[in-house]
Amino acid sequence: MVFGLPILSTLIWLPILAGALIVFGGRDRPAFAKWFALLTSVVTFLVSLPLWFQFDTTTAAMQFVEKSPWIDQFNIHYHLGVDGLSMPLVLLTTFTQVLVIASAWDVIRERVEQYMGAFMIMQGMMIGVFTALDSILFYVFWEALLIPMFLIIGKWGGKDRVYATLKFFLYTFFGSVFMLVGFLYMYFQSGSFAILDFHIMPLGELAQILIFLAFLIAFAVKIPMVPVHTWLPDAHVQAPTAGSVVLAAIMLKMGGYGFVRFSLPITPDASMMLDWLVIALSLIAIFYIGLVAMMQKDMKKLVAYSSISHMGFVTLGMFLVYGIVANSGDAQGAALGMQGAMVQMISHGFISGAMFLMIGVLYDRMQTREISAYGGVVNTMPWFGFFAVLFAMANAGLPGTSGFVGEFMVILASFKANVWYGVVAASTLVIGAAYTLWMVKRVFFGPVANDQVGSLADLNRREFAIMATLAVAVIVLGVYPAPLIEVMDVSVANLLIQATTSKL
Amino acid sequence: MMLKFVLTLILLSPLFGAVAAGLFGRRIGRRGAHTVTIFGVAISTILSAYVFWLFVFQGHAVYNDSLYTWMVSDGLRFEIGFLIDSLSATMMLVVTFVSLMVHIYTIGYMAHDEDYSPDNPYYQRFFSYISLFTFSMLSLVMANNFLQLFFGWEAVGLVSYLLIGFYMKRESAIQANLKAFLVNRVGDFGFILGIAVVVVYFNTLDYQEFFDGLNAHVGTTMSFFPGMEWSVITVLCLLLFIGAMGKSAQMPLHVWLPESMEGPTPISALIHAATMVTAGIFMVARLSPAFELSAVALSTVLLVGAITAFMMGILGIVQNDIKRVVAYSTLSQLGYMVAALGASAYAVGMFHVLTHAFFKALLFLAAGSVIIAMHHIQDIRQMGGMKKHMPITYWSMLIGALALIGFPGFSGFFSKDSVLLAVGQTDAYGAGLAEILLLIGVFVTAFYTFRMIFLVFHGEESDYVKSHRIVESPKVVTVPLILLAIPAVFMGLPMVGSILSGEYFADAITVLPQNDVLTGIYNDYFDSAIGMALHGFVTAPVILALSGVFLAWLLYIQKPDLPGKLQAMCPRGHNMLVNGYGFDRFNEVVFVQGARRLGDFFWRAIDVKMIDTGLVKNTFTSVASAAAALKQGQTGFLYHYAFVMIFGLLAMLVWVLW
Repeated sequence: MVFGLPILSTLIWLPILAGALIVFGGRDRPAFAKWFALLTSVVTFLVSLPLWFQFDTTTAAMQFVEKSPWIDQFNIHYHLGVDGLSMPLVLLTTFTQVLVIASAWDVIRERVEQYMGAFMIMQGMMIGVFTALDSILFYVFWEALLIPMFLIIGKWGGKDRVYATLKFFLYTFFGSVFMLVGFLYMYFQSGSFAILDFHIMPLGELAQILIFLAFLIAFAVKIPMVPVHTWLPDAHVQAPTAGSVVLAAIMLKMGGYGFVRFSLPITPDASMMLDWLVIALSLIAIFYIGLVAMMQKDMKKLVAYSSISHMGFVTLGMFLVYGIVANSGDAQGAALGMQGAMVQMISHGFISGAMFLMIGVLYDRMQTREISAYGGVVNTMPWFGFFAVLFAMANAGLPGTSGFVGEFMVILASFKANVWYGVVAASTLVIGAAYTLWMVKRVFFGPVANDQVGSLADLNRREFAIMATLAVAVIVLGVYPAPLIEVMDVSVANLLIQATTSKL
Repeated sequence: MMLKFVLTLILLSPLFGAVAAGLFGRRIGRRGAHTVTIFGVAISTILSAYVFWLFVFQGHAVYNDSLYTWMVSDGLRFEIGFLIDSLSATMMLVVTFVSLMVHIYTIGYMAHDEDYSPDNPYYQRFFSYISLFTFSMLSLVMANNFLQLFFGWEAVGLVSYLLIGFYMKRESAIQANLKAFLVNRVGDFGFILGIAVVVVYFNTLDYQEFFDGLNAHVGTTMSFFPGMEWSVITVLCLLLFIGAMGKSAQMPLHVWLPESMEGPTPISALIHAATMVTAGIFMVARLSPAFELSAVALSTVLLVGAITAFMMGILGIVQNDIKRVVAYSTLSQLGYMVAALGASAYAVGMFHVLTHAFFKALLFLAAGSVIIAMHHIQDIRQMGGMKKHMPITYWSMLIGALALIGFPGFSGFFSKDSVLLAVGQTDAYGAGLAEILLLIGVFVTAFYTFRMIFLVFHGEESDYVKSHRIVESPKVVTVPLILLAIPAVFMGLPMVGSILSGEYFADAITVLPQNDVLTGIYNDYFDSAIGMALHGFVTAPVILALSGVFLAWLLYIQKPDLPGKLQAMCPRGHNMLVNGYGFDRFNEVVFVQGARRLGDFFWRAIDVKMIDTGLVKNTFTSVASAAAALKQGQTGFLYHYAFVMIFGLLAMLVWVLW
């Protein structure tokens, strides 16, 4: 409780109300829109901190729960709560939001109030997705989120934004419809929309497989997984910087979150039967998408593909449990993979956010994202070069940065499930370094490529502060990941029990 | 408790210097930067000397304790901690001492650098890097677990990447550093899988727990291909050794090292002579209990080392860049060290690491001194007769060269002769071939080393030397040379006895009785170090070395036109050597271009054509045309819909809760 208000509701509705206020009250008052958005995001972040400090790490039960009836005749509740799986993602959202607002400060000049308002509203909904414990509430937030993102890309995006937004919208909308059907089926079976009731309801084999596939489509599009990933590079390229940051840092995580909140606990038997599918797609993402990333000529596309490749570790880590049980007889090592996947999500939030912000810094100055338009940037922007190398190394999974932690855990666990999973996953050591550092070489190193690069100004204070904040986050998580693991430990153990307990 | 504090201080004070010079370089200026970093490394050096004294002379019990817990996942503890015994204490002293010399030397070397400009803090940046390198290397050698080993391993890779690319405007430098990083990553690919084997079968990352579990897994097998069962210990040793091949530049992962000479000279000395490249050898020695249990792994190590020593030595003959000559000699000497490991003579391998650290750092810094005098010209064909212009550099380089070729009495003699004796005694598969390769290597080493000495310092003065004022380097350069020359001459003599008897590394290295070659050598051949040196004059290695020197003298002093004729006689062979047997070409065509083609194919053919155009667009166009029709009525109003939706939601909520 903060000032007598329940924390989770405050985290959802404070940004949404503030966003509405900005949109309606901020017309022609851009300074008000910006400052009010920043103030609200800072307050929201502060309000979210008790989630971390008051979190009980000894239980897998939902915490900070709020529950009241919403639509009685369908047994739908306004039901919120967090456990060790969702709480870190909520904090990631509130943390990123402050940087997102700051990143747009001098850059967006048209319809500032609508831009800021859209981001604030989107934040509330994202927290809603991570905290909803009623499937209809979850679905409402999940779908409603598309609208502000659609508007952000469609209004402030690049020149092919219409194509990109439609593709983005149709893909994700297409995916989530199946999810809704799954929810409705389970409601008719159990009489409840509560996610926690879904967890314990018995389900037959066929039903599980169909529900699993419905969820898979919804989440695979969101993460995204091969072959439904092609919307992401287009959306990123067209989106304004802050839109890309939110997309990569938080919205992709919803797909991963979906697997641990829905697929694994609700359809454990189907997950066991079809784990090969998810694992195969994950390994393809790691290897194939890594090579595709290497060949990109547009920096944003490169980082977008790199995101897909990194999210491959998330889905791989989550579905290793069955292979490990089959291979060694017990689930020892499965938690390593699952926690690795969760850490990878948080870490990817920091790193991909930082990468897109960096591209934004360059784009603001040169109005191009073509790698070939750059060269020798470090000569004119030494501080920026420092951060670039740091984040690039984090993206390449260098130990001591957050990028290493999750990858390392997932590689170790995947080797336990099957040596070849480990071999393919470990190929990222070479491929990830190749595409990241090759880009760094072409953009940052070498002689100054042209006059435009020659006249670049280094980071201003605002940009420096954003970069430095993310750099600290990346290093702290890389040097001392123990607290994060501790927070999710019991919830992961509980999830693995659910995932390995047959419902048949 | 006290010791833990000392060790933590040793580890962190170079990091402090690196951060101070790196992030606040502009504010503290050049003087501030080199003061703070040298101060940090000096603290490390002094305390390392104390630790060395404590563990090597006082026989302090092995120290194994964790500093903090990185994380605990699934019952597996990931820790950061220290394992200090004679092996790590020795490495710590070598790393910090050489690093300190390099720091001091850098003041002189960087003073007149080509990139100099007052507002570019490249000088501070350089000091920051070499201090960061010292920190990384220390965390590697002090580690008591695989996690920290891997951390240090990758961190030295990072710093080497930064340092090789230090002149980042130079295309060749930024090409070389990318290559170095990626080739090392290929090694790390094996390394991380090796760690995965350890975790899966031993369920620990801690060295000691791993060693304790080894005996239980002697018969355990694992399978990569159905029907093929391999010993777990062999698999993990080979995978870890792939990592060592990357860092210690063994064929075929050696390709990054010659190009790493793009970095400034002090770096070449620090990284590519004394420390980073020995990480792989250190790792194998550290894990001797595991390698001992796999004859397959040991033979692989032996042969890889011997082949590298021989083939890379040959390439040293055709190099004309002074730093490249020294670089190829490093590759070749690394092969000797690795071969010693394969013969189960870990102590001897480490012994050669130690002597080599000093005499090779000396050679690199002396080469750097020559480069300073030549105003950054590195081609030895443009030098000649420089002896009288720079006597200190000449004599120190000569000492380094004599140590390198194994002239009796010099430090390198004792270590290299021990390597050869050990390889001669072992029964490992392939030992005969290895011994022959290593013996020929001795001749080759002497030849190319003295080819360089003669071409640079002796003979007639070249046009460049005649027409420019060549002067001895300043004191900050020559003092480190002199300080390094002392151990290069003397350190072998007092150590060889305790190395061969196995006493020196007794608490750190495990050798099975049936693999033990050193005890036999010690009992049967060794009477005293001086005796060994005197006896050396009548043994094959020294005779071969002296004939190598003689041949170099003949070809480059007596008949200087002969080499050109020989070269003209077999141009194809010469070309092959100049191209380094074509490894670079092969890698470029197969791996670099192959990966690009594959990536391009995946992207254009599958992602764009098949998925996007084929699958998506066809469904999409129909939807899009419908959407376009809808859009007519909606453009501009979408925003309102969004809010209607949200406020509808809000209203419902309020209505329900009321």
